[in-house]
Amino acid sequence: MDFFLQLLINGLCLGFLYGLSAMGFVMIFKSSSVLNFAHGELIALGAFLFLALVTWAGIPIPISFLLTLAVCFCFGFIVERFFLRPLIGEPLIFVIMLTVGLASMFKGLMLLIWGGNLHTYPDILPASLAIQLGPVTIPPVYIASLVIGLIFLSLFGLFFKYSSQGIYMRSVADNQRAALSLGVHVKRVFALSWAIASLVAGMSGIVLGIINGINVHNLSGIGLKVFPVVILGGLDSIGGAIIGGLIIGLLESFTGGYISTSLSEVVPFIVLVFILLIKPYGLFGLVEIERV
Amino acid sequence: MEKTLLQLNNISVVYSDVIQVLKGVSLAVEKNHIVSLIGSNGAGKTTTLKAISGLLKPENGKVTDGTIIYEARTVQNQSPETITRLGIIQVLEGRQPFKYLTIEENLRVGTATKWGEPYKKDLDIVYHYFPALIPRRKSLAGYCSGGELQMLVMGRALMAHPKLLLLDEPSLGLAPLVVKEIFRIIKRINEEQGSTIILVEQNARMALQIAHYGYVMENGKIVMEGRATELAANPDIKEFYLGMGVSGDMKSYKDVKSYKRRKRWL
Repeated sequence: MDFFLQLLINGLCLGFLYGLSAMGFVMIFKSSSVLNFAHGELIALGAFLFLALVTWAGIPIPISFLLTLAVCFCFGFIVERFFLRPLIGEPLIFVIMLTVGLASMFKGLMLLIWGGNLHTYPDILPASLAIQLGPVTIPPVYIASLVIGLIFLSLFGLFFKYSSQGIYMRSVADNQRAALSLGVHVKRVFALSWAIASLVAGMSGIVLGIINGINVHNLSGIGLKVFPVVILGGLDSIGGAIIGGLIIGLLESFTGGYISTSLSEVVPFIVLVFILLIKPYGLFGLVEIERV
Repeated sequence: MEKTLLQLNNISVVYSDVIQVLKGVSLAVEKNHIVSLIGSNGAGKTTTLKAISGLLKPENGKVTDGTIIYEARTVQNQSPETITRLGIIQVLEGRQPFKYLTIEENLRVGTATKWGEPYKKDLDIVYHYFPALIPRRKSLAGYCSGGELQMLVMGRALMAHPKLLLLDEPSLGLAPLVVKEIFRIIKRINEEQGSTIILVEQNARMALQIAHYGYVMENGKIVMEGRATELAANPDIKEFYLGMGVSGDMKSYKDVKSYKRRKRWL
């Protein structure tokens, strides 16, 4: 029973992180219908930036954290401005190939700077953050990831629900032509969704780095796991991304615990195949409101 | 000249570099007027509006010839972001609401040209013109009726305080009573808000009733123009667009004619 609880908690926390990083992916897809194959690299980039700031520059942790997020935000903006904007209006396949190219480029750059070895952060979270739940101890990282994730989720929820810019972003996702006709700055919306996606990816990169250690290959591999998560949740549902993430996280953790750890890496993709066969729009994919 | 808000000088529009849709359209719109653009399907009415509002670009269309002058500046082939900020807002054909946004959020998108400015007052103005929207303000636009949606998209455009409002077939698919209501409101917006309006309509009778001036389009050209009252009295217009015989009676199938009146301008 203790083992089960431990797996449950690990799975939920991991899944929550998957969900958060998938959220960024979904955001880009929703606003500009671009599938971002460089998402894993954005995750890794966040982790390495934080590493560099904490260990090389020696900046205090909270400031490093915020600084990393800020840089990731700007980085997303720049990527959109210089790489994706010139391709607006071109066939989708070009854009997707571009993101694949970007992924290789970023990965190469990171390998060049940090190498392929496993890095670890110094102990940055106080051990007192750990919570004893009966027989189960929840490590501080998980608590932190949960808290940070929830904060981000509610901030974005409020942003999209109430702020004007958030409403403009949703309007572009909903009906791009009508948004254009009202003067919504559609390109700015694309840039903003890349920036936000990159910020969220960076954040989950940091937390995943704390949990698993930082390695270019592992972290960018998590970008691939975004696919089962979003296909399960529905490609265009932000809430679905979170739920999909939780389900995939739990599945991974339980298969890892009860069956075999090597299988746990594969399980998400088995789910991906089955979901595509059975319910291609995912659990929360858009049910089109049809009225003429 | 002082009173002219918008002038199209002999413009040609080509889609995808090969398909010519407008072949030299010229028209002038006076400030605070309602101008109707009537004509059959495929005549180029919607394309004319899109040429003005800049929405040709995303559809791979281009003004290849001629000039569009708005408030003494040329605006052809500008991006929609620029043109909307000059005060030209187009209401698209077929309503095009944001289905997954509530009515009020839909209206707030209309503030995009004035991002950051307070909008509460504008909301009140819109609700004043379209009180039917008030009870639905929290519901998703996708679940509203056609009449409500037409009010919504017009209200959404009104949020931007347009100097020039381009309405594309506001009566499309609406019950006659609702159409009457919509046209009454268009007239009021024109009079009370001082918005100049270009109205594209299939419903020529209604359109000529509220307009000051009218243009008739066929095959990408303007074939006739005049004051709305004169156009409505023109025998050709009556025959082809208003469905009346030459004498002014309703046309009936029982008056079989041995010859067909021809459109003399073709």
